[in-house]
Amino acid sequence: MIAGIDPVVLIASLMAASTPILLAALGELVAERSGVLNLGVEGMMITGAICGFIVAVHTGSPFLGFVAAAAGGAALALLFAFLTQVLLSNQVATGLAATLFGLGLSSLMGQGYSGIKPPPTANVPFGPLAHLPVLGPILFSHDWVLYFSLALVVGTWAFLKYTRAGLVLRAVGENHDAAHALGYRVRLIRTLALAHGGACAGLGGAYLSLVRVPQWTEGITAGAGWIALAIVVFASWRPGRVLLGAYIFGGVSVLQLRLQAAGIAIPVQILSMAPYLITILVLVVMSARRGRAAIGAPAALGRVFHASD
Amino acid sequence: MLTLEKRPNPSRAWAIVTPILAVILTMIAGGLMFAVLGKDPVEAIRTIFWDPLFNAQFASYSRPQLLVKAGPLVLIAVGLSFGFRASIWNIGAEGQYIMGAIAAMGVALAFYPTNYWFVFPLMVLAGAFGGWAWAMIPAFLKNRYGTNEILVSLMLVYVAENIESWMAFGPMRNPQGMGFPGSRNLQQYPAAHNSELIAGTGLHWGVVTAGLAVIIGYVLLKRHIFGFNIQVAGQAPRAARFAGVDPKRLFSLCMGLSGACAGLAGMFEVAGPAGQITDSFNVGYGFTAIIVAYLGRLHPIGILLAGLLMALTYIGGEIAQLSLNLPAAAIQAFQGMLLFFLLGVDVLSNYRIRIKRRAQA
Repeated sequence: MIAGIDPVVLIASLMAASTPILLAALGELVAERSGVLNLGVEGMMITGAICGFIVAVHTGSPFLGFVAAAAGGAALALLFAFLTQVLLSNQVATGLAATLFGLGLSSLMGQGYSGIKPPPTANVPFGPLAHLPVLGPILFSHDWVLYFSLALVVGTWAFLKYTRAGLVLRAVGENHDAAHALGYRVRLIRTLALAHGGACAGLGGAYLSLVRVPQWTEGITAGAGWIALAIVVFASWRPGRVLLGAYIFGGVSVLQLRLQAAGIAIPVQILSMAPYLITILVLVVMSARRGRAAIGAPAALGRVFHASD
Repeated sequence: MLTLEKRPNPSRAWAIVTPILAVILTMIAGGLMFAVLGKDPVEAIRTIFWDPLFNAQFASYSRPQLLVKAGPLVLIAVGLSFGFRASIWNIGAEGQYIMGAIAAMGVALAFYPTNYWFVFPLMVLAGAFGGWAWAMIPAFLKNRYGTNEILVSLMLVYVAENIESWMAFGPMRNPQGMGFPGSRNLQQYPAAHNSELIAGTGLHWGVVTAGLAVIIGYVLLKRHIFGFNIQVAGQAPRAARFAGVDPKRLFSLCMGLSGACAGLAGMFEVAGPAGQITDSFNVGYGFTAIIVAYLGRLHPIGILLAGLLMALTYIGGEIAQLSLNLPAAAIQAFQGMLLFFLLGVDVLSNYRIRIKRRAQA
């Protein structure tokens, strides 16, 4: 390996680097399993990033910041839900609108907040466990949001696989007409799934502005929301694979940052392209490997539901 | 209780009324937003929509800007509208715009400082080619492997932005630029300069091309089999296949066309108003053009009007920044809001609202 890159530190920091994408991708996964393609993830992330930042700075509490971030992301998601579920607008175009609006709104709200340091989010105190060699830095020296994101992977998996509500949600995503005929409230279920997705995206955004960076800069998400969308495709709509996908991308972005810091003779900009290029590559590999039908996409994904009499 | 009843065909009358309705709703909601920011809403709206054209102090500067800003928006939006009609989602126009500009700049720098007549036409070709090639990446991946074009074209925007920044700091940096990042300024290289054609109007070759794109777009859409195929493919993909439309070929055509238009827009911008490649050369025209395409109902004439309106908000936003201290981002939020309202009121042209009493048992 290149000198100066310690694999243990690399793994520990890739976990932190992946958390924003992981959170956003898990939320989007649930929304897509209910049959809605939400392309507004990027906008919801950045809205969460600024809402969380403002509240954390004013209250001094990162926890309240994250709560506000989830609320902000969910609010934008509810707007998206109102347009796509009630007014039956095109999901792709509405998602783009949500992203453009979120980007504008966030930089508007963020006026006067650049250069301020947010209150630090403390690591969970594991006592002596954190000092274990190798395992300590990797497993026991992170903040609570990171552990929450891992719990959410398990939670989402169990919810979709073992609960009745998860089954109904998947039914709505596979065939909304049949689900409607059975008496399930398609639009309500999708709205809830979207709100959950927006809240997760907001948390992911706040993880960027409060923990990763940690400060407010315009366009702080830099495409993380879009990468989250790509990861859902990469994961074939399965929570476990979302974790894998997010950590691969986190790894690539941390590695390129380390290489930049190590002063390797490749222009910085070429290295910065790496996460995006890898995303494209992975998408290609995933879509090339199997046929369209077997890829695992919910059958009703992106289709407008209108209960015609 | 209100219910929606699907119209057999979208209403033509509502299709014209809804964009206007959306603009009015955006003005109201935007006014509220400005009021929250502590600005007088009426004055803010007037500054954005009225002052650029009629204010005695600014108008002489801002009127030409209208064409300068509307040119790239209309050119890109016309290109995008074809794909959007057929549900082909190229949302990476921003990247294609950048690559067109870089390709054109490459040609210009290769011939610098000669004054051959063919430098500028060659740059036009290079610009179109750069955008086309960048758009063909998602098109190829979609046709060959079924990869989602939305995500690939968008990822390529970030790649293009990095290439742009690399060019500005590396290969294309002006050797006489005193170490500042950024390429040579084409405004000082007559053979490559896309200068104003009629002084004081803002009219340059890019604006002319945008006008041509509107006319060609109209003819293609209404009078040519290509436009017909696109409309059929968008509304009834199966029927289109029976009619002999090759979906892959249509996909490549639409992506390539929109990429070439975006590349041309980038070329005219870098050779004219912008003058050079810097790491902040792209200002989001590729994304705003998506709003323009929708506001214009994916129709060339509508796009022309929508482009002018959107250019107005850009210039009005700049004036409002100076005179009212309104943050630049407010205008971005304003434009996003416009797209929201537009998509929302669209329900009126596709559905009929019926008041229905609950069925009595």
